[in-house]
Amino acid sequence: MNVALKQGEIFRGAFGFRNSAQAIRRFPMPFPEDRYMYSVNIEPHVAGPRGSVTEFPIDVDEHYVNECQERDLVLAEDPLRYQALPHMMSAQWDTLELGMDSLARAYPHSFSLSKHGRAWHWINRPLGLDQHFSFGDPASLPRPPLEYITRQLQGDWVVMDQRDNDLWVEAGMVTGPADWSMDFDLGMSFKEWHGPVPLGHEMGVFDRALKFLLNLRLNEPVRRLNWTMTVNPRLDTSPHNYDRWGPERTSVTAQNVADILHLRVELQGLWRLPRSNGVVFLVRTYMLSLRDLVTIPKWARRVHRVLRDLHPALVDYKGLTRHRPIAVAYLSQFDDGTATTPGTAPE
Amino acid sequence: MSHADTIPVRVVAVEQVTPQIKRFTLAPIAGGQLPAFSGGSHIIVVMRGAQRVFRNPYSLMSSPNELDSYQVSVLRVEASRGGSQFMHEQVRVGSELEIAHPVNLFALEKLARKHLLLAGGIGITPFMAQLHDLRLTDVPYELHYATRSPEHGAYCELISQAEPRRSRLYHDSAGKFMDIEGLLSQQLLGTHVYVCGPAGMITRVLDTARALGWPDSHVHYEKFSAPPTGDAFDVYLAKSAVAVHVLPDQSLLEAIEAAGVDAPYLCRGGVCGFCRAEVVAVDGELVHNDHFLSAEEKASGKFIMPCVSRARCSKLVLNL
Repeated sequence: MNVALKQGEIFRGAFGFRNSAQAIRRFPMPFPEDRYMYSVNIEPHVAGPRGSVTEFPIDVDEHYVNECQERDLVLAEDPLRYQALPHMMSAQWDTLELGMDSLARAYPHSFSLSKHGRAWHWINRPLGLDQHFSFGDPASLPRPPLEYITRQLQGDWVVMDQRDNDLWVEAGMVTGPADWSMDFDLGMSFKEWHGPVPLGHEMGVFDRALKFLLNLRLNEPVRRLNWTMTVNPRLDTSPHNYDRWGPERTSVTAQNVADILHLRVELQGLWRLPRSNGVVFLVRTYMLSLRDLVTIPKWARRVHRVLRDLHPALVDYKGLTRHRPIAVAYLSQFDDGTATTPGTAPE
Repeated sequence: MSHADTIPVRVVAVEQVTPQIKRFTLAPIAGGQLPAFSGGSHIIVVMRGAQRVFRNPYSLMSSPNELDSYQVSVLRVEASRGGSQFMHEQVRVGSELEIAHPVNLFALEKLARKHLLLAGGIGITPFMAQLHDLRLTDVPYELHYATRSPEHGAYCELISQAEPRRSRLYHDSAGKFMDIEGLLSQQLLGTHVYVCGPAGMITRVLDTARALGWPDSHVHYEKFSAPPTGDAFDVYLAKSAVAVHVLPDQSLLEAIEAAGVDAPYLCRGGVCGFCRAEVVAVDGELVHNDHFLSAEEKASGKFIMPCVSRARCSKLVLNL
């Protein structure tokens, strides 16, 4: 990374989270135009511009250390946020290799991996870890391979088995979800898992997405962006702790909206796994306060228009019903009606 | 999306295994290791002949735990359109080829209570890689392998040495045949059956399993059809506005590629459904050779799988 890793950010309680100016400019804006509706917006996960969140297959940013610490806190309270069914062991190792290979290649000053047959040596300098282990032997690691590697990666990770022309959610590490639960979804098929999403089923989005993913190829990962909004920079908005974050939805006012309401974007990556023939799904979450968002004039105009004209079913599903009018009113002062340029770049 | 990055490889060994089968060992020219894979995977081997480019799918038969090289076996097909002939005649130690990343359309089911593997002839190859995966599990498995004679059984000795208790060999020449009905009627609930071999054998296994009440989800098969030859015909690709002439020994997909149009594909054997193309018009009859389209879809005349299917017509228009 060519950025300093922040220390001391908190994603709960009194909160303490800021994006640097550089982090704001690289924020993955999910709206290429001034309105939003579902689409199968999947594209090849190829290297993006230097410094962007897609420059490398797995992005490590300035919040890395703090997000790993947040994951440890969530797991200490609720160990079931990590689960893996017994037949997913080879997919666990596949995911570990994907994570280690990717980080070591992208950020050689921070991470290193050496392989001599099955004897592997992993160094994670930001977290101060140095681990020799035998690839394929779970007893050689302090934790199961998927848990071990995902405690060192940002974002939620879901591992799916492919069988009977479907993808089954059968392992994962989910500590920062936008209102869904690994514990609840474990064992579900692709369409069961996506059951709560409105409109998409009628549009045939999930049929097409599943068909596409069943044919996902090695070495050709894909990605898409998804979004919602979160009150306060809280990564862990899971159904299990709704009592903590649900009430915060009523706390948005015209006075505090710029600081506490965040656009929450998921950079979702999907990889075919080589030994298990499974598919791993990364949901990497980025948060941006409205105050930071309006520092980019094009984004202020665009997000204002998207929120103002959003389909009512999506307003409900994304949990925006209460504070959308406040956000639209705030953003409207930055929208003079001038056209926005196509694409998501800041201009 | 259709033309994945290929990996340049060098042939480091060629063995004549039977009168008709050669085994090729392929190592990465760049050094290091080839991509990891799961048993049952195949690769597409790209062969650049003097006149044309062949792309044939071959099952990986080497151990998924040994990634310094891959091994494939190639049966010399008498009515070859050129791919297997090219491998047998032109490719020798030192030859350079390209391969695509492995794809698995014949994977072992991880929740199976037992695996029943049925191989016929060259169909043994995907199972040879899967045996390496199976030995690492606690799940019971059996391999039944039928060949014309011991001389034609490419890997009989290897199999009976490696799996003395879990394999059974059958040779037509000795009057010993695989009792498919007997095997399929005695299995425990939760068993998955896998078959790879000649078309007739696959059909018999599928029909027998269905008649005995096996759920389709527990019956797996892999049959790579070589694209059948036929009369030449003309095609117009409506989206690309390109006219294509398909030669008698060329597949529709190969002709489309030769015309410079980037068409999707995955298995090139009529199995995966990736290359499905919409038929806009045809002034004759479609000849469906794939295993993907349903009988209704074939009858509708609306779709064709260009990797193996062709047409008896003077003009076919595709939405490509």
